Amino acid sequence: MMDFLTNDLLQLSDSAVRNATPLLLACIAGLYSERAGIFDIGLEGKMLVAAFAAGAFSAFAGTSVADGGWGMGGNAVWIGLGAAIIASTILAMIHAFASITLRGNQLISGVAINFFAAGITVLLGQYWFKMGGQTPQLREGQRFDSITLPFARELQDVPVLGQIYHDLISGHNILVYLGFLVVAITWWVLYRTRFGLRMRAVGENPSAVDTAGISVVRLRYSALVITGILCGLAGAYLSLGTAAAGFGKDMTAGRGFIALAALIFAKWKPVPALWATLLFGLLEAIGNRYQSVDLGFMVLPGQFMQALPYILTVVILAGFVGKAIPPKAGGEPYVKER
Amino acid sequence: MNKNLPKWVDLGVIPLLTLALAFGVSGLVVLSIGQNPIEVVQVMLQGAFNPFGIGHTLYFTTNFIFTGLGVAVAFHARLFNIGGEGQAGIAGVGVAMVMLSFNWPHWTIALLAGTMAALVFGAAWAAIPAYLQAKRGSHIVITTIMFNLIATAVVGYLLVGPMQAEGSLPESPRFPAGAALPSLHDILAVFGMEFDKFAPANISFFLALIAAFLVWVLIWKTRLGYEMRAFGHSERAAVYAGISPLKITMVAMLLSGALSGMMAVNTVQGEAERLVLGAVEGAGFIGIAVALMGRSHPVGVVLAAFLFGILTQGGAELQFTLGVPAQMITVIQALIIMFTGSLENMVRIPLEKFFISAGKKGAAT
Repeated sequence: MMDFLTNDLLQLSDSAVRNATPLLLACIAGLYSERAGIFDIGLEGKMLVAAFAAGAFSAFAGTSVADGGWGMGGNAVWIGLGAAIIASTILAMIHAFASITLRGNQLISGVAINFFAAGITVLLGQYWFKMGGQTPQLREGQRFDSITLPFARELQDVPVLGQIYHDLISGHNILVYLGFLVVAITWWVLYRTRFGLRMRAVGENPSAVDTAGISVVRLRYSALVITGILCGLAGAYLSLGTAAAGFGKDMTAGRGFIALAALIFAKWKPVPALWATLLFGLLEAIGNRYQSVDLGFMVLPGQFMQALPYILTVVILAGFVGKAIPPKAGGEPYVKER
Repeated sequence: MNKNLPKWVDLGVIPLLTLALAFGVSGLVVLSIGQNPIEVVQVMLQGAFNPFGIGHTLYFTTNFIFTGLGVAVAFHARLFNIGGEGQAGIAGVGVAMVMLSFNWPHWTIALLAGTMAALVFGAAWAAIPAYLQAKRGSHIVITTIMFNLIATAVVGYLLVGPMQAEGSLPESPRFPAGAALPSLHDILAVFGMEFDKFAPANISFFLALIAAFLVWVLIWKTRLGYEMRAFGHSERAAVYAGISPLKITMVAMLLSGALSGMMAVNTVQGEAERLVLGAVEGAGFIGIAVALMGRSHPVGVVLAAFLFGILTQGGAELQFTLGVPAQMITVIQALIIMFTGSLENMVRIPLEKFFISAGKKGAAT
């Protein structure tokens, strides 16, 4: 029993944190967009494009000049991260143009972005690398390595607390810690700044914001820029911060949608978003670790375990865990009264 | 429908202009991967229309008519069913189960049974998201996407477990010979017409055209269709008029799922004659582009489905001849969805301005 607690539970929690990070970043990305009144079904596509840009540009930058790369050595990973943020933000701005400026259908725009991402990543990947849509395996310096926090080694033999510190809290890459930081910053921005107040207002009652002489269009565009940046981080994590160490076709695997479900579960609030995504991360960890589960009277097959996060998403959306009320103006294009 | 624009502009000029924009940007994408757009178009058209290709083009068209009609019916009730992919996948399971249960004496009975199975299973997979939308307000876009992913898991489980044929391939046993549907070659031969013997296009193509006609009747000629459209225009007004949101949501989604499911008759029963992994191949998603392009009107859907049939078969030729990945079609599909569905105002607003000012001038003289 002690063994289970110390090893299995710690390992599961550790993978839960790793799995939760891209969900968390995408979830907070969706929070900015939806709090400002813009539905964003396209989180998935933005993450996918970001993951691809990160994998591709980190590979370019990290390859030596002699081999046709840019020879940037250990800085390559930052080039990858930058490319991810730019790629994702471009898509976010297309979504903004379609839904804010042209007042088009936000769901349709998001769906289009997802398909575009699924296609363009493989097309460009095949054209650039000829590896069936994958990007080359990233080496050290081209990806984010885990960080050992101070004293983690010294404390690892201290029972329970030391173990938790060493195994669970220490030893992640920088994006994991950034994810937690983003939650704190978002809380502060949302509830303690003027921008946050206005953003929340624009998602509930844009005409009131407009009457106060504040530009609805500018606020919504700003919110979507943040969405783009955060989706960029989420995508970059998948190709630069996981064992995949490179981009693989359709590697987001529905995470953008799960992040949306987590956002609803969290009732569009940053701190609950952290718990919601950790829960999904834990489910994914369980599904990966236990290929099939024997319940005594029946055996749950591996496919069921893999589908667990999707099933939970449906259960959450069904509101069996409390009613969620979305921002009132969500999905409605704002038309200035004349 | 827009009062500022003549009907021919609304239904003709705008779709064609947005389509042209989508193809224009697709051309840029082609350039960006180092290919010549003109050569690409030539290869695609040649691949789609040569005697061998046309049988495939019509086969894909059949799929897209079904999935496009499915999305379109839901659109009329302002429901966005992205679940065609999963609904068609589960319908495939239903078709396979029914086909494998009997030794079919004649294809007509097998076709009837297959159709019933596809309709029922497709509708059933849409039922839960529909109910959750109507009763609990769960966002149907996300629930149907989740049901797509769950369907993949279900089909994957069945094909390596309970439904797997002997051997290591993840596929069901072959259906009995009596379940085989007449191909377009067989049908046209009756009228003395030549058609490629190995083409997958089959009698389902005609079922798809019949389905399109029935959808037209339903939406524009029946009380139920009127209620669906009323609900789609304004839920509040519809409720005030005594229309039940639960009923309309359920009916629209079940019909939508059943129509998408029908493509399993074409692919599973008509072509593969067994259930294989990934039988839907994205046709459920293409249905979204087809419905948007076709303005949710059955005639438009059939035309748009034919266009996507050409694109899909042409895309296969593209991969074969020039080595361009099949994802080229996904990109074109995305751009068509984007331009016809969401960026439409880019074309519409300038046109409206033009016609309003033209109208004023006309009134002044």
